[in-house]
Amino acid sequence: MTSQAQVRRLLSLVPYLREHDGAAMGDVAKAFGISVRTLREDLNVLWMCGMPGLTPGDLIEIDMDAVEGEGVIHLSNADYLTRPLRLSADEALALVLGLRTLREIAGPGERDAVDRALRKLGTAAGSGTTEQATVRVTAARDEIQARVTEGLQRGLRLDLTYDVASRAETTRRAVDPLRVFVLDGYGYLEAWCWSAGDLRTFRLDRIAAVEVTDVPVAVHDVQLKDLSTGWFDTLVDAPLVTLRLAPEAVWVAEYYPTEAVSPGADGGLTVTMRVTDPAWLRGLLLQLRGGAVVLAPDGAGESAAEAAQEALDQYAALFDQAASAA
Amino acid sequence: MSGLGEGGAQAVAPRKTERILNLTIALLVSGRYVPRSRIREVVEGYHDLSDAAFERTFERDKDELRELGVPIAVGSFDPLFEDEAGYRILPGEFELPPIELDAEEASVVGVAARVWQHASMAESTRNAIAKLRAAGVEPDASQLAALEPSVQAGEPGFGLLWSAVLDRARVSFTYRDGRRRTLEPWGMTASKGRWYVLGRDVDRDATRMFKLSRMTDLPERVSRPDAFAVPDDLDLRALARSLTPPEPTEEVLLAVRAGRAPSLRRRGRPATTSLALPVGFEVCTVAFADLRSAAEEISRYASDVVVLEPVELREQVVAGLRLVAAATARAAVAGATAGAA
Repeated sequence: MTSQAQVRRLLSLVPYLREHDGAAMGDVAKAFGISVRTLREDLNVLWMCGMPGLTPGDLIEIDMDAVEGEGVIHLSNADYLTRPLRLSADEALALVLGLRTLREIAGPGERDAVDRALRKLGTAAGSGTTEQATVRVTAARDEIQARVTEGLQRGLRLDLTYDVASRAETTRRAVDPLRVFVLDGYGYLEAWCWSAGDLRTFRLDRIAAVEVTDVPVAVHDVQLKDLSTGWFDTLVDAPLVTLRLAPEAVWVAEYYPTEAVSPGADGGLTVTMRVTDPAWLRGLLLQLRGGAVVLAPDGAGESAAEAAQEALDQYAALFDQAASAA
Repeated sequence: MSGLGEGGAQAVAPRKTERILNLTIALLVSGRYVPRSRIREVVEGYHDLSDAAFERTFERDKDELRELGVPIAVGSFDPLFEDEAGYRILPGEFELPPIELDAEEASVVGVAARVWQHASMAESTRNAIAKLRAAGVEPDASQLAALEPSVQAGEPGFGLLWSAVLDRARVSFTYRDGRRRTLEPWGMTASKGRWYVLGRDVDRDATRMFKLSRMTDLPERVSRPDAFAVPDDLDLRALARSLTPPEPTEEVLLAVRAGRAPSLRRRGRPATTSLALPVGFEVCTVAFADLRSAAEEISRYASDVVVLEPVELREQVVAGLRLVAAATARAAVAGATAGAA
């Protein structure tokens, strides 16, 4: 730990302890995200600080008997540190951005609370502007978001109409909402899906319609996704696919997680990526319109080729000219 | 740890912390500017130092405090110490202004506290929350446990650009086109999980937006802090919008198989055609930014979406489909070539 980090913490710790007289060591350590041992070291430092002169009457007083005995903190003789240091521009903006991100997936009630908190923080942050950063989350329309949040907070089952992108179709299902989260700029609903009999993740912007039912959600013993690992853990077991990307398709390597990337002579790339859903790969190959070719494994590109041929046959049947040109 | 025990190397950090904290308190309680010589006298940890060591240590301590955001004012001298600069901390500038949050507000702040998935930003948020707690606010996310917004910032240049924005320092970096850019960064914005920096491109004297993932090296600072002014009326969202590709303008006529391509159909308006379509197709008009992006999106749906008009788009889609249909054969050839090399 650097001395600077400790100074920063002590400047908050003193007013905190004045505000929470008699607080337990464990609770204080938890509130500051430090160990009890570090807290004890902090108290040992504070004990040596005070008004210039540092005679016994000038020093900050800490009842060390109470610390050692009952494990609680009584601090006094520090009337000059009743308030914490104002928020730095960095701290204010980090917190404001957190609130703005929450706002993007919140229902109307929380949105209101977020706006009020933003106003109050803006005033408290003082001169520093908080307009220097924004986050946009791709989420649902307001009325859909309101209903999803309602189901989530009241613990009610949702009747969900959802566009499955990879299958290009709409499905309708009953789900028990468990969590709404944001990952890499998209909002998701994580829910127990009664049709699948399993935990499913739905992208909020693909929810076409939703109704809140009056059926309470059941208890599900499931492990929700760990957000700190991103999508990585869902990809770990997925098969590897190697693609040759033409120069106009190299954005794929930037857009999706890759395992390996090597440049080609023509400005294209050879990339290896994990593919959870074969239908997703088919869609990507079709979308790239020849800009990507599957190098491995054998046959991974076949369903795209078949789908393309089927579409070509249909175009040929519909438009005579196209038929004769082919 | 050497065998120095209590008074050894281990004690250096706490002693430094003590000194800086005592300095802070001395400047906070003085009520007037305190000259250096007086500071050296009264602050424990300074008076044993040589002249040069004191100057060095005091300057460093001041810098550290300013980095923490402690406002140290340098002021008019005291008549008794004519030539010396004096220092003080004005409580009104030091202290967090009163802030009271109701239960709902405290609970959304609690959720916001966990948002950052970026080490130093998470740290900044934690520090902010510690200050709020010290001011009597109790952020409590438990009421909203089912809401988990998160912000990622995996781009290597993020931290540097973020602090350059806060300090208003110019930066320089190489962009994907291989050209060197110098930017006055006004702000940052994230969309679809990617970070962008906006500001004035110094060489072009124009407002520009750059995607962090397209920088090919780490940005570097090329000016001191406060090197430029950000426009007062900066509206990042509006600016980002104005620098993003235009709204859909290209209208195309499609036939969509019933129940398929829902997101496309939902965007469209019902239409009609004189053409004899296969059973189960519906006709609609959909707007796209340009024909190229139309071709990409429509191609995904293969035989579920048929382009009726314009002919130009239909030809583009058909040409793409031919390439994909032929790709299996080409892959075999490419694989064989790679194997031979």
